[in-house]
Amino acid sequence: MSSVTEAPPSSLGRQRFAPLRALLADPFTGAALILVAGFLITAALAPWLAPYSPTKIDVLHKLQPPSAEHWFGTDHLGRDLLSRIVFGTRTALTIAMVSVVIAGAIGLLLGLIAGYGPRWLDALLVLTFDSLNSLPMIMFALAIITVLGAGTSTLIIVIAATSFPSYARLIRAQTLALKNSDYILAERLLDAGTVRIIFVHLLPNVVGPLIILLSMDIPVVIMVEAGLSFLGLGVRPPTPSWGSILYDGYTSIRSAPFMVIFGGFPLVLATLGFTFLGEGLRDYLDPRLKLRRPA
Amino acid sequence: MLTYAIKRIGLGLLILTFVMVVMYTAVFLVPGDPASVALGPRATPELKKMLIERMGLDQPVWWQIVEFFRNALTGNLGYDVWSNRPVSTLVMEALPNTLVLGVTSLAAALLIGVPLGCLSVVRRGTAADAIIGVLSVGVIAVPSFVVAIYSLLLFAVTLRWLPAIGAGETGDLVSQAKALVMPALAIALGWIGYIARMVRASMMEVMGEPHIRTARSFGLPEWKIVSKYALRIAIIPTISLVAVGLGSILSSAVFVEAVFARPGIGRLVTDAVNTRNYPVVMGTVLIMTAIYVSITIAADLLIARLDPRVRDVFRD
Amino acid sequence: MTGSLAARDLSVRYETLHGSVQALRHVDIEAHPGEVIGIVGESGCGKSTLVTALANLLPANARVEGSIVYHGVDLVNLDAHRRRLLRGDEIALVSQDPMTAFNPVLTIGDQLVDFQHHRKDLDRSQKKARIAAMLTRVGISDAEQRMKSYPHELSGGMRQRMAIAAALLTDPGLLIADEPTTALDVTMEAQIIHLLRELRREYNGIIIVVSHHLGVIAELCDRVYVMYAGEVVEGGEVDAIFHDAHHPYTRALLACDPARFPDRLERLPTIPGTLPNLTEPPAGCIYASRCERTLEPCRNVVPPCVKLSACHIARCHGVCG
Repeated sequence: MSSVTEAPPSSLGRQRFAPLRALLADPFTGAALILVAGFLITAALAPWLAPYSPTKIDVLHKLQPPSAEHWFGTDHLGRDLLSRIVFGTRTALTIAMVSVVIAGAIGLLLGLIAGYGPRWLDALLVLTFDSLNSLPMIMFALAIITVLGAGTSTLIIVIAATSFPSYARLIRAQTLALKNSDYILAERLLDAGTVRIIFVHLLPNVVGPLIILLSMDIPVVIMVEAGLSFLGLGVRPPTPSWGSILYDGYTSIRSAPFMVIFGGFPLVLATLGFTFLGEGLRDYLDPRLKLRRPA
Repeated sequence: MLTYAIKRIGLGLLILTFVMVVMYTAVFLVPGDPASVALGPRATPELKKMLIERMGLDQPVWWQIVEFFRNALTGNLGYDVWSNRPVSTLVMEALPNTLVLGVTSLAAALLIGVPLGCLSVVRRGTAADAIIGVLSVGVIAVPSFVVAIYSLLLFAVTLRWLPAIGAGETGDLVSQAKALVMPALAIALGWIGYIARMVRASMMEVMGEPHIRTARSFGLPEWKIVSKYALRIAIIPTISLVAVGLGSILSSAVFVEAVFARPGIGRLVTDAVNTRNYPVVMGTVLIMTAIYVSITIAADLLIARLDPRVRDVFRD
Repeated sequence: MTGSLAARDLSVRYETLHGSVQALRHVDIEAHPGEVIGIVGESGCGKSTLVTALANLLPANARVEGSIVYHGVDLVNLDAHRRRLLRGDEIALVSQDPMTAFNPVLTIGDQLVDFQHHRKDLDRSQKKARIAAMLTRVGISDAEQRMKSYPHELSGGMRQRMAIAAALLTDPGLLIADEPTTALDVTMEAQIIHLLRELRREYNGIIIVVSHHLGVIAELCDRVYVMYAGEVVEGGEVDAIFHDAHHPYTRALLACDPARFPDRLERLPTIPGTLPNLTEPPAGCIYASRCERTLEPCRNVVPPCVKLSACHIARCHGVCG
């Protein structure tokens, strides 16, 4: 005679230290990993995968619906949409990786300085991080674009400048926690140099959470790139970008709706893939980190 | 409580000043003077001279910053380089549309997201909980302007249920409401998922606390425990996260306004960026940052109100 | 409405990631209206699980065997809905820590009104009037004012009075006080014990008091069950247990109670050894590994429940002969 009682909370969520297989056992993480791998391969092999040149104009065959020659149809200048999307993958991923790595490096450096440096410098840096964080990100981005003019390098600067404060805050918090930990104090008593403490003890400990945060920000960066390119404030034409493809499709949404349909899909799939992969990684490596905001 | 409020407002003002100083300095550190950049190839010496004087660029940088703040305090944010209309007028014309959009999206997101989060908790461990969980992450991942374009294609172009562009006829509330539906839902969608997940996470934490056991031991129905006893506590961290996230609602608004050609702050500032219209960009950024900072402060004070424990800490 | 309570052969297991923990094994207890029953034992002996089972609040990973019959109804086999209806109506719990027992963001009055939700016949103002009367009865002055307070504005003793008032408001047939004084300081403890003693004179249901504090049990209870590692090892009237304990564990427990030392001691006495692992309980007597006088069958044979007098029982091989 046994009975299952009703359910107040008991142990919730996944076990923290499941083996790596658990990461892939989650069907969504597995699917996300395949998607992301697909996008990475597409980006790397773009010139071989794309059937045409992404910038070859052929006005005679503009706005053609999908056909055997042009699987996704052609845009308002007669360019092959599939080729533009394939090369757009390269643009999106390159900008995302480069800007996230730059932002991560700046965040790491400033976070270490704030956490390890003198009090006044720490206070000043924290004020800077907080000020930047308390700006509506888009306004800050638009201000930078006004000053520098639209373009790929501006885009990278915008993304790096708007995202490094949160990385710096994370690194600073980790550094402060570690700095006062017993083993670092012991090292200092043994006269270990600052450089040694930073490279041998701090860096290996702060890099893990930073990488999770960076990987979770990649889909956001992809969205920002596409969004700004959609507004005409991102990648300059004729460089193919998912955002500008969407804009071209948007301007002919009534005559050639297939352009926005095909143009939006890779963007949605990429953000979904990177988001679920990031979530899976986060759950697996450090469940305490928070969910990112919608963008 | 009052000291706390003053402290928060002071910090907010400090941040505003800091941001504007950094931005102003940045403009002048960039090679090439703003006037010729704004004019581009059309620059003639006379036009340039006129523009330099109008923008006050002949003054030293620090003086321009001081002037900007002095004028901003009296409500004067400078003039549009091209139309010569006051920036404050432009902002005030565009702002209501954006605020209505932002508030509607947020309200929709809360009205749908909070009950979904609660449902997830009441039905924890079931298929419904799992589905809500996956859908939440899914909608968070989809960019709002893509949702906007797809819904434009479906509801306006194909089905013709809703107007494609604009903010509706002035004075006609029904047409304004119709014009609001798609932009608001495009922004709200991701937030529904985010709020549902936040509410679920903080609610699960609260459900393990002893006072919930007390409520259970008195046989209160589960929905009442969730909606009154747990939600009152669980909603507090959600509010602060939502407030902090308002910045990204503004970002979404910029993109979504572009898709629906909705005359708002997003449109105003995007056009200004495209034409290098510095005074308009500066003025809009100042106003939006001020609004954003005040909302964050308001949220902090609201949290202090909602949680009597925090309230008492600040009472003295 | 009052009635008898009887748990028969009650076992509770918790299914965890590290295996199944046998928190309660073959427990028999009974209580009749008007009685105050004490349950005593050290931390981890299963008294909290027993109380939680009686109050129908076991978590989802608990598996129950045996029966708990209250007023002719078997609580173990009740469906979730009827189980909930019993809670806070027939069965009320005064929980362990008054600091955390109330919701921090609702006023006491608001919560006490909600706790009377079974009384559909009363409106809000009638419920409030009952609260005011009850608060006065448990010794809280300016009741009206106190109802508007938030829990953190009250002292620990005050909150425990509130918790007792909350339980009494529901007119329960079974009132369970789980460590009612553990979180309080000595003066508060004395006041709460005094309050409970007064209440039992006017109350004709069952009161179950759980404590690791022998003094509290001795002052409040008629009968007492001594628990060790998930089993009831001895049970009987308070006098019998305190003055004529038969089970070696009860004796050891009494010997360790600082309040009962005749003189100042250099070293506090302790029971050597530790609690057995409840994922794999030993084959014989649960106490064998710490017992002073282990006999031949203790290691392998589960000791029988020996009836020493009308209501004095002990589960020990040593008391057979």
